[in-house]
Amino acid sequence: MDPIPYRRETPGTQPPGLWPDYRSTVLRSPRKPLIALPHTLSEVTGPIFGQDRLQSNDADLTSQHKERPIGDRMIVAGRVLDENGRPVAGTLIEIWQANSAGRYFHPRDSRDAPLDPNFTGGGRTLTDEAGRYRFITIKPGYYPWQNHENAWRPAHIHFSVFGSSFVTRLICQMYFEDDPMLRYDPIYMSVPSEAGRKQLLAKFDYELTMPGFGLGYRFDIVLRGRDATPFEADDHAH
Amino acid sequence: MPIESGWATVGPFFHAVLPWKDGGAMARPETKGEPITIIGCILDAEEQPINDAMIELWQANAAGRYNHPEDTQPGELDPSFQGFGRVTSDAQGCFTVNTIKPGPVRGLGNSWQAPHIEVSVFARGVLKRLVTRLYFEGEPANEHDPVLSLVEETQRRETLMAKPDPKERGRWHFTLRLGGPQETVFFEV
Ligand SMILES: [Fe+2]
Repeated sequence: MDPIPYRRETPGTQPPGLWPDYRSTVLRSPRKPLIALPHTLSEVTGPIFGQDRLQSNDADLTSQHKERPIGDRMIVAGRVLDENGRPVAGTLIEIWQANSAGRYFHPRDSRDAPLDPNFTGGGRTLTDEAGRYRFITIKPGYYPWQNHENAWRPAHIHFSVFGSSFVTRLICQMYFEDDPMLRYDPIYMSVPSEAGRKQLLAKFDYELTMPGFGLGYRFDIVLRGRDATPFEADDHAH
Repeated sequence: MPIESGWATVGPFFHAVLPWKDGGAMARPETKGEPITIIGCILDAEEQPINDAMIELWQANAAGRYNHPEDTQPGELDPSFQGFGRVTSDAQGCFTVNTIKPGPVRGLGNSWQAPHIEVSVFARGVLKRLVTRLYFEGEPANEHDPVLSLVEETQRRETLMAKPDPKERGRWHFTLRLGGPQETVFFEV
């Protein structure tokens, strides 16, 4: 029997390949139309990772070094769901971000802002059976980039998620509500629909906020979901 | 219904987290199958090397079986082989992967797919990952592969072929071009 395919991309949710406002796309975007790949066993399978990929403190970016890093401590938590609203359990999430001064722990980031010896900015975790995850980190700073005159990235955290198959892979960026830089940012603005962009905003959450420790932000991630199940498809046929 | 979260580029600064030490060593000495080395290079539309890319690979084992609960084919799982690889491109835009040649995998209906590896490309300037497949030049099963036959401009199928090293057996060369006249075939999944 053929595998149950995933839904195809919903129009308006995904950035285009070529987006000249983000200059680097010009030489790095295919111009021939993409060919629709049927969802065979190769596409509906994918790597599954366990605890062996994690080290202690991977989910707490403020405890990975001798001292606490500088910056506003915060809790980022949420759920990974699919397009059908079902939780995605036991999936690997990886995050990376700049420090509170807007500098990455990275040899190619040579901007004039301080490195923090107590902050590398990388985290990993697995979602639980309800698709939940939770990181402790510090609020990333703004950083300038060379894309255009006076270009600044809004504060953001990069998220990488696998989901249950090759198709469900997702790498996105989490932003903060009310960030004044959002509308000037060609990467954020490359997501066509307003609903799609809104979904990338973390929301302040009082419930997640920890007394005397840090503010909480909620950020849910939605991966591609299955098309109709064979049973449902059968229903349509009658 | 919730909508799929919007993709974003990995940007240039992912290296402290995403690369894995063993990311290019997909096979171990005890892994069943024919050991192969893939030397890949990734170029932009002006044939310039892309030195800040990440490439992920996903493949079946030598018996054509994926290490995943949805693959219930009869072929045996190999405990020493997950089938996933993750590498980054170097200053020359190239990367090396040591793996085994995958077996043929069932396609849709009664079809069979020629040995292939699923490839994802992530980089600064790539907002959403680019998906392609690596096939092996000279493989007789390529002729009947249902995905290769979706590429109507037959000469573009060449862009999906890893080429055997003329001198060293088991060494394969694969070039990814994100644009330009010889642009690689990319797929929408
Ligand atoms: Fe960034």
